[in-house]
Amino acid sequence: MDLTLRVWRQSGPGDKGRFEEYPAPGIASHMSFLEMLDIVNERLTLAGVEPIAFDHDCREGICGTCGLMIDGRPHGPWEGTATCQLHMREYHDGDTITIEPWRAKGFPHIKDLVVDRRAFDRIVEAGGYITVSAGSAPDANLIPIPKEAAEYAMDAAACIGCGACVAACPNGAAQLFVAAKYSHLSLLPQGQPERWSRAEAMVDTMEHYFGSCSNHGECEAACPKNISLDFIALLNRDYIRAKWKNRRLAGQS
Amino acid sequence: MQLNARIPEGPIQDKWANRRFDLKLVAPHNRRRFEVIVVGTGLAGAAAAATLGAAGYHVKAFTYHDSTRRAHSIAAQGGINAAKDYHGEGDSIYRLFYDTVKGGDYRSREANVYRLAEVSNEIIDQCVAQGVPFAREYGGLLHNRSFGGAQVSRTFYARGQTGQQLLLGSYQALAREVGQGTVELFTHTEMLDVVVVDGRAAGIVVRDLETGAITSHSAHVVILATGGYSNAFYLSTNAMACNTTAIWRAHRKGALFANPAFTQIHPTCIPASDETQSKLTLMSESLRNDGRIWVSKTAGDHRAPAEIAEGERDYYLERRYPAYGNLTPRDVASRAAKVVVDEGKGVGELRNGVYLDFEEAIGRLGRDVIEARYGNLFEMYERITGEDPYRVPMRIYPAPHYTMGGLWVDYDLMSTIPGLFVAGEANFSDHGANRLGASALMQGLADGYFVLPYTVAGHLAGMLGEAPVPTTHPAFVAAVAEVEDRLGRLLVANGSRTVDWFHRELGKIMIEHCGMARSAEGLRQALAEIPPLREEFHRDVRVLGDNESMNQSLERAGRVIDFFELAELMCRDALYREESCGGHFRVEHQTPEGEALRNDDDFAHVAAWGWEGEGAEPSLTKEELEFESVALAQRSYK
Ligand SMILES: Cc1cc2nc3c(=O)[nH]c(=O)nc-3n(C[C@H](O)[C@H](O)[C@H](O)COP(=O)(O)OP(=O)(O)OC[C@H]3O[C@@H](n4cnc5c(N)ncnc54)[C@H](O)[C@@H]3O)c2cc1C
Ligand code: FES
Repeated sequence: MDLTLRVWRQSGPGDKGRFEEYPAPGIASHMSFLEMLDIVNERLTLAGVEPIAFDHDCREGICGTCGLMIDGRPHGPWEGTATCQLHMREYHDGDTITIEPWRAKGFPHIKDLVVDRRAFDRIVEAGGYITVSAGSAPDANLIPIPKEAAEYAMDAAACIGCGACVAACPNGAAQLFVAAKYSHLSLLPQGQPERWSRAEAMVDTMEHYFGSCSNHGECEAACPKNISLDFIALLNRDYIRAKWKNRRLAGQS
Repeated sequence: MQLNARIPEGPIQDKWANRRFDLKLVAPHNRRRFEVIVVGTGLAGAAAAATLGAAGYHVKAFTYHDSTRRAHSIAAQGGINAAKDYHGEGDSIYRLFYDTVKGGDYRSREANVYRLAEVSNEIIDQCVAQGVPFAREYGGLLHNRSFGGAQVSRTFYARGQTGQQLLLGSYQALAREVGQGTVELFTHTEMLDVVVVDGRAAGIVVRDLETGAITSHSAHVVILATGGYSNAFYLSTNAMACNTTAIWRAHRKGALFANPAFTQIHPTCIPASDETQSKLTLMSESLRNDGRIWVSKTAGDHRAPAEIAEGERDYYLERRYPAYGNLTPRDVASRAAKVVVDEGKGVGELRNGVYLDFEEAIGRLGRDVIEARYGNLFEMYERITGEDPYRVPMRIYPAPHYTMGGLWVDYDLMSTIPGLFVAGEANFSDHGANRLGASALMQGLADGYFVLPYTVAGHLAGMLGEAPVPTTHPAFVAAVAEVEDRLGRLLVANGSRTVDWFHRELGKIMIEHCGMARSAEGLRQALAEIPPLREEFHRDVRVLGDNESMNQSLERAGRVIDFFELAELMCRDALYREESCGGHFRVEHQTPEGEALRNDDDFAHVAAWGWEGEGAEPSLTKEELEFESVALAQRSYK
């Protein structure tokens, strides 16, 4: 099929950026979206145009490196699918596809379609972990965990940290990402000792980088791993409780 | 050169305890005086950096990813082994050790493998404590599954995302240290050379992938945990950016490269759909627990699978290997698939696959159970192929997946450059000629959490009072200049072909001649084809843009240079090794039934190659392997 791409080009943070149009003829429907971009880039290179910078690595929907705004939707039209798993059988001859980077205050621009998502790591560094030094752990079967609890924690832990939730949010909030990481750890018995300090530290750090959540719910719809909004409810509740727990009632459950 | 593996004295089960006792310690207050560089923050690197940081050393960790959480370890699906024997099947450390030595086709170092099995249980404890949500039974205890090459269920898993969950565990551990300031993290920073001063590792040269700035860093020790080199084949299951540069540059600086030809082809990947394909997707081997592999008995049978009656199907693994059936080790399963496809029995439009069929399992267990076990894998398959594996059998074919070869290391995981340690897939240590499923994650975490923290400390203890070599030292200055020159030449070549074109051509040579079946003739041909292609690359590659901002073509071009040189060494090693073992199958060396035929008299050794300069023949040093605990035997999975 023959397509036209409208691609955001921006050489760096200092550049204002603009859309450029590139024809993409002869694309096969079984290709992945990123293979299509590879081909366009090879053609651009041979034509003397610097190829489009875009992020990707595993190309199987797990590393969270890829992330394009495709026709105004984070990761494109397929539900629960990362950009790298989107395939060209979605498109038809003659289509024009608009491709942009994630746009959010918390994600400074790097180049073309690549943005800096390191603010996510800063949030995890603030408290998104369970402290355990190597060699000090008790036997793994010492603490049974109800299957349902383990599964629910896993639902949250499935987050790939791609940033689609932030890109989808009108406020540029990172609530879904933070709620997923927070819930994964705080739903498990092992995560209880640091639960309240985690809630406060992660949310406070998040607010330093990202906008505030006003419950639009766009994030859930954009998430390639279908992370549920319910985790945001848990995070919000725990954050308020944490404000007390971390001070006077820290000894109570 | 003489290789000294420094294997500790004593019976095999006491060796690691003996070594830990013999290793010198660094007192807590002295630790912060030591600088440690860790390159790579996958499972092995993140675990090492976090543990050394928590212990009090001053650690700098580098990764070309924008975040630690994106390392290729994240993509591992199936699981991680441990000898817990939680299900009373007669598993033990000794059995895990034995299976791993046997699975590696007797080309690994016994003492290392034993240690791996020994610490495997601690890894599971550590990960559970970190919050890794492993699969559980209704009673709340941990569940296990079985994997190729084992007759016990010893594999722990988290849905089909085990690598993701384990990496998040070490990522979080590392993030904690970064937050506490004990580890300084450099993301989007690629190491392009090792600096060696007076024969010892003194530091590294790196490039900032966002600004192009080239800088150097010095330290008392350098740890490379930079993953495997399967992308030498271009198409592989590895992530797009996986490359050999870190270990190859260390090799050029004096680190011997062991068994480069020992690469693993994974039996269950989705077959390529055409030339433009950029990577191959793995379908976890755990699928072989419930899926049955078959092709039609008749060559050229193009009927839909449902139309091929039971009696017309050849379940060739079950037929050839009744004891292990669909769970034979990877190398055996891969070659068996190649045999039937070469006979013209391949399935799918391009006739380049075999069926992996769940009909029987769905009938026996119900769709729910299959969905719970493999739901996300089935989904992934459908997304890629547009076919529903609950109704039509999957199509699979082997693809390059893992590299057992890597930098030679001694028992302490130190390379032949003193002060340069190597961990995870980047070293050659534990898997011999073939790695068993679910053992790479185990090895990465063993190296990072439980081996390096002791052995690196032991090495550092002898350096108390020494300052790291300053980065103004002429060796650093020269290394930086060399890197600038290497990149500069790529930018001015302005030839007529893209980097990817060259990489694809190299990959075709490698898969054809150095893939699943290798012959002296084919390898000689590859060795004749690679150098002219490499020269053409340097002359005719086109890399646009500059070195002042992000330049992904430049990044790739730098990596492809090193793949070219490595590919030649892989072929040389494959040609040298006149035997078939594990993933290395030389067609000249097989039994009348087509099984791999080892040559223990002449090749029960590690082939460690030394760099002798561009265009010069590499030198060969052997480490003889001694088997004291496991008797050498012809592997049989019948
Ligand atoms: C699809 C797939 C599925 C798998 N499934 C399983 C499984 O179920 N069980 C199992 O045991 N094993 C599995 N494996 C194998 C296993 O995942 C890997 O062997 C293992 O994760 C490697 O870990 P590592 O820490 O050595 O390297 P990696 O995770 O590859 O990490 C390498 C790190 O080094 C960095 N790096 C590399 N070069 C440089 C450089 N020059 N400069 C700076 N940084 C650099 C990278 O950024 C990254 O952080 C699988 C592999 C694949 C491909
Ligand atoms: S490239 Fe890894 S999730 Fe898309």
